[in-house]
Amino acid sequence: MPARIQTQDFDAGAEIAALRRNNPRIGAVASFIGVCRDANDGDTVIKMTLEHYPGMTERALENIIAEAKRRWDVMDVLVVHRVGELRPTDQIVLVVVTGAHRGEAFSACEFIMDYLKTRAPFWKKEETPQGVRWVDARASDDEAAERWNSPKTDAA
Amino acid sequence: MKVKVLYFAGLREQLGKPGEDLELSPAVSTVAGVRSLLMARGGAWQTALAQGKALRVAVNQDMAQPTTLVKSGDEVAFFPPVTGG
Repeated sequence: MPARIQTQDFDAGAEIAALRRNNPRIGAVASFIGVCRDANDGDTVIKMTLEHYPGMTERALENIIAEAKRRWDVMDVLVVHRVGELRPTDQIVLVVVTGAHRGEAFSACEFIMDYLKTRAPFWKKEETPQGVRWVDARASDDEAAERWNSPKTDAA
Repeated sequence: MKVKVLYFAGLREQLGKPGEDLELSPAVSTVAGVRSLLMARGGAWQTALAQGKALRVAVNQDMAQPTTLVKSGDEVAFFPPVTGG
């Protein structure tokens, strides 16, 4: 499965090795790891809880991966996203893209993260010294996703 | 007809339940109609689902619009804008 949702941590090295297998056509591996910070919007974050929509979240991720493969010449894609309780320094999400060349792999990896942040049903709840709150969606995330719709990046 | 309605994240907490089976009158045929029906309950339903609140809706696990049609047996989910990653 190219998209996995799990409560347990992941080992990026092992995941990349598994994705590469012994594929000699791969010339580039681009990856991204999102990590739980200890501060957000000026407050200390003690822990966060990630919720998802079982079924739809997996489907949304599969669709984003399919769209990335349609737009760029890449080989394999893996997305692992954790849910449940996470603390600062914990890993949240892993995206790995393999391809023949770095340019396509970098772009596809960034596109997948931008779309994941605005289209995949996950929600973060933060515990701070001031109390518990749901994280608000950011306009900057919408803008980051929107730029992939410009004619320039859509041309391929 | 009956649909399954789901609520997620902050919306679930405001409404006090994760979902329910909802009986729709024949007059209700769209996502907007389901939302209005729920808002008519008043109280937290009225405020949490009010027009102007940033809410997303999915029908059968695909993102939907207010005009999206709903039919018997559909799964209609209401939730806040997403914040994963």
